[in-house]
Amino acid sequence: MSEKKYDNETLKAFYQTMARIREFESRAADCFTKGMLAGNIHLCLGQEAVAAGTCAALEPEDYITCTHRGHGQCIAKGGDTKKMMAELFGKETGYCHGKGGSMHIADAQGLHSLGANGIVGGGLAIATGSALASVISGDHHVSLCFFGDGASNQGVFHEVVNMAATWNLPVIYLCENNGYAVSTPIHTVTHTTNIAARAKAYDIPSETVDGMDVLAVYEAVQRAANRAREGKGPTLVECLTYRYQGHYCGDPAPYRPKEYLEEGMAHDALKHMVKVLLDNGVKQSEIDAIDAAAKKELDDAIQFSIDSPDPDPSEVTTDVYADDNERSVVR
Amino acid sequence: MSRMLTFSKAIREGIHEEMVRDDKIFLMGEDVGKFGNVFGVYQGFLEEFGKNRVIDTPISEEGFTGMCVGAAMRGMRPVVELMYNDFAPVAMDPIVNQAAKMRYMSGGQFSIPMVIRAPFGTGRRNAGQHSQCIESVFCHFAGLKVVAPSTAADAKGLIKAAIRDNDPVIFLEHKLLYAKKEEVPEDDYVIPLGKADVKREGKDLTIISWGRQVQFALEAAATLAESGIDVEVLDLRTLVPLDWDAIVASVKKTNNVVVVSEEIKRGSYAGEISAQIAEELFDELDAPVERVCGLNTVSPFSAVLEDRNFPHPEDIVKAVRRVLNK
Repeated sequence: MSEKKYDNETLKAFYQTMARIREFESRAADCFTKGMLAGNIHLCLGQEAVAAGTCAALEPEDYITCTHRGHGQCIAKGGDTKKMMAELFGKETGYCHGKGGSMHIADAQGLHSLGANGIVGGGLAIATGSALASVISGDHHVSLCFFGDGASNQGVFHEVVNMAATWNLPVIYLCENNGYAVSTPIHTVTHTTNIAARAKAYDIPSETVDGMDVLAVYEAVQRAANRAREGKGPTLVECLTYRYQGHYCGDPAPYRPKEYLEEGMAHDALKHMVKVLLDNGVKQSEIDAIDAAAKKELDDAIQFSIDSPDPDPSEVTTDVYADDNERSVVR
Repeated sequence: MSRMLTFSKAIREGIHEEMVRDDKIFLMGEDVGKFGNVFGVYQGFLEEFGKNRVIDTPISEEGFTGMCVGAAMRGMRPVVELMYNDFAPVAMDPIVNQAAKMRYMSGGQFSIPMVIRAPFGTGRRNAGQHSQCIESVFCHFAGLKVVAPSTAADAKGLIKAAIRDNDPVIFLEHKLLYAKKEEVPEDDYVIPLGKADVKREGKDLTIISWGRQVQFALEAAATLAESGIDVEVLDLRTLVPLDWDAIVASVKKTNNVVVVSEEIKRGSYAGEISAQIAEELFDELDAPVERVCGLNTVSPFSAVLEDRNFPHPEDIVKAVRRVLNK
């Protein structure tokens, strides 16, 4: 039982992060269904343990890139749910002042998040370049790239893992393998269902862990981060997980067998963690208090988003260039 | 004071001065290290600046261009080289979806102070995948700046400005200019982006161009001068941001315009300039704007075929005479 290595406050903190992610995603889905949000959102319900375990193993100064299914990754890195939800609402008070939306939440200074990305695999080169920047400038930050099983079939994955391996860059490739690239099961388009196996081609270490077990994820990423900080180069960590919803909010996912969801729910990361907490003597009332706090936090975040102003229409052509917007955008 | 330098040595000198000045600048690309790049621009740089700042890459354009975007987001100032601009389509995602849009999508949080150097241009018998002029593609995407110098002196001043700029800059270098020796000032100077330059003053017609075609335009102007036609040659130098004020001033003076580029004519940036002049300066024009561009075809290998495919000075002369009806 690896759980005994952790005191109850630490275990509660893991649970709290996952509970906040689940609440954020559930409430975002609710807002979307009610027509309060435009565009698309991609929910990480079911994958909470991956984000929570991963970011807990990083230092605040370490850098991450997030995926299009990236709300949980941002929350786990310390994201302010008010500013995140406001961004989903397209409001001026959002992380990107309403210019990015769900797929582009970034926080350069505070969270050291180099942003979510709407291009599948778009963060792979960015995180690797961030690791290169650390080597050139001599800092000791680790860069971590969240990506999915789908992104592992992009050519750029192979290009940058090869370079990171060759140059010993302090980067962690964190694969959230939920088995589906939109509607396509990984095994129908890939000759292995084990993404970690691809590390062999680049002669870097890898491991596959249960992505529904937050402590297993945490420990694997800690090992990878230690290696990176010791100058031992990149690691590929594959977390096996489940995407409870379809690809986007509202996708009924008819392409999946019902066993997929049943299996996922049976291994639910939060349920598992509640059991761990109770086994360790944490009271049910303490767990309920965490859930209630998450609910209150999201009540506030949604109200904040509703009350926040839209961006001024004139902002449509600002931030295209560092300066010179007026001339460069008109011509 | 000035001395004679080739276009490639002028670029080399500009980058060298900037790298000495700012240790956040690093170079990345295929064969940029020991080989010093295929056009010799970086000869000696690896020895001087070391392998952390002069990085030989595998043949992975999407990967290393994307890494430069990531490094730029961390405050570095990468100068990435694509061996030919024809390889940019391989790296299109990092250029147009990442570098160009990162500032905007993040609500202004990230700067991408990155230069993408890319040799371009026809006339070197390099066939379909090594001879293109795809500046219009880069100009299309908001967030990118695009530069295409025509002289060694401009190339030096503009590469320094591009490196100091806080936005991604596509820096297009015409391959047939590299070996051209010209006067280059000795002092440390920067030519701001977005400033066109009148390379020849004239009163009868304005030729608007960039890159190697500026040289052809000047040759055409000299020929036309023999028959009393006085042509102004406006070298844009920077395509984005466009120096519209310079275009307005010249068109108001000459009332006639020919736009010259080596691009495929269909969808060309020459067409964009022509459209803007037609929309906004119609009353100033004595005749419709004419474009002199490449054909809507693939760059051929055969010299006989390739010479048909890009404008020559005599094509420009003919176009000027048509517009002026002389």
